Amino acid sequence: MIEVKNLVKTYGTKRAVDGVSFTVRPGDILGFLGPNGAGKSTTMKMITGYIRPDAGTATVAGIDVAKDPVAVKARIGYLPESAPAYGEMTVLEFLDFIAEVRGYRASAERRARVERALARTHLEPVRRQAIETLSKGYKQRVGFAQALLHEPPCLVLDEPTDGLDPNQKNEVRALIKTMATDRAVILSTHILEEVDAICNRIILISNGRVVVDETPEAFHARRPGARLDTIFRELTNADA
Amino acid sequence: MSQISPVFKREFLGYFRSPVAYVFLIVFLVASVGLAFFVGGFFKANQASLQSFFVFHPWLYLFLIPAVGMRLWAEERRGGTIELLFTLPLTTLDAVLGKFFAAWAFLALALTLTFPLALTVGWLGQPDWGVIAAGYLGSALMAGAYLAICSLLSSLTKNQVIAFVLGVVVNLALVFLGWSVFNGLLSGFLPVNAVDFIANLGFIPHFDALSKGILDPRDFAYFGSVMALALTLNVVALER
Ligand SMILES: Nc1ncnc2c1ncn2[C@@H]1O[C@H](COP(=O)(O)OP(=O)(O)OP(=O)(O)O)[C@@H](O)[C@H]1O
Ligand SMILES: [Mg+2]
Repeated sequence: MIEVKNLVKTYGTKRAVDGVSFTVRPGDILGFLGPNGAGKSTTMKMITGYIRPDAGTATVAGIDVAKDPVAVKARIGYLPESAPAYGEMTVLEFLDFIAEVRGYRASAERRARVERALARTHLEPVRRQAIETLSKGYKQRVGFAQALLHEPPCLVLDEPTDGLDPNQKNEVRALIKTMATDRAVILSTHILEEVDAICNRIILISNGRVVVDETPEAFHARRPGARLDTIFRELTNADA
Repeated sequence: MSQISPVFKREFLGYFRSPVAYVFLIVFLVASVGLAFFVGGFFKANQASLQSFFVFHPWLYLFLIPAVGMRLWAEERRGGTIELLFTLPLTTLDAVLGKFFAAWAFLALALTLTFPLALTVGWLGQPDWGVIAAGYLGSALMAGAYLAICSLLSSLTKNQVIAFVLGVVVNLALVFLGWSVFNGLLSGFLPVNAVDFIANLGFIPHFDALSKGILDPRDFAYFGSVMALALTLNVVALER
């Protein structure tokens, strides 16, 4: 579904992403791990067509992002890091705008889409509130609602549970899990339990390179009985 | 192309979500009518025309239009929403045109609100309505040219103040090129042909013709080319 081959991105003299390759199939929930500055967000920005890679390709459903970015963007739901949104709009206005751009032009259909997204992310109580006045967790939910509004075949979520309370974290994880049955999901996170909770694959990157690409079971088996963060530390320190 | 309309709608309605729009409309009215009355001698001229109103527009727009155009892209960059916008299924051109037309429509609205002035002239005398219509058309076209330049400059920075200053400076240069006083200076040491050529690059000669009721296709072509060139560069700057 999502195929990434030898992606490279350099900022000045800094290789942010240095030859990253992987494939995500429908049903996969890929946990994208790595220390701060490892290149997770940069990789996601290249998959979603926000920035152009210096080398390598990203294809979604067989379409090369560089060749037909609009078609790829139509098939992806993307939650950027820190969930940017137009602050002066209300939640309802914002999601309505997203739905319109996503091609739902008939107002009844658009309304239904927006309502469904609001319900799934528990945003009904704040629907008429300006986004800039929402708390961090609610803003994050708006970003999530926006990403899943069109029920895309691919979800790219950059730290989707960042800032959510424990109840919401579980809700969002459950939601991702149900949505993933026939979809490809990539999510980055710094919460290692999240990986155990929902991911069926782990990719660990460090300094722009893939260090680990395996199942959570294989990851645990590297050091039987050890905590995930111990394994994480060993793998990333060795590389630094 | 159909993706222009949601962007246009969001952007245009966006003006009325903040009090800034109303402040702008009032400043526009007060400044344009005030200049005509107190500096242009609107009544003293004792003519049934809007000449003393339109003559100040090239100078007035120097400050008013950068004030509208500065935020177009700088704000998206600062707020991070540009990442959201450009991972939605639309092309850069769709976004550029949607935003540009929205801001232009807002300026056209401001201009329309000065129409009672024309009605006053009609009540006091027998104006040539064709000339007045041509003047409004010319003013709207010129506003579009200023705005396209400001949109381009706004995409080069995330700082709105810088975008404003750049907008004033570049538009000032284009006003000067066609300003009779400046051209008079030039003709001291340049041949007439060269001065004519330089003057024709500026806004004023093209606008003057229109505001006198002369509908020359070359003046339309001039404003059209300025907009097309600036907006093309705007797309290039954003895709860079
Ligand atoms: N626009 C930019 N200009 C310059 N350098 C950048 C830019 N964006 C990212 N970088 C650099 O690229 C590297 C990778 O950044 P990236 O945001 O992908 O990290 P990350 O893995 O998402 O980290 P985090 O866990 O903190 O979100 C970092 O060193 C960062 O400083
Ligand atoms: Mg990141």
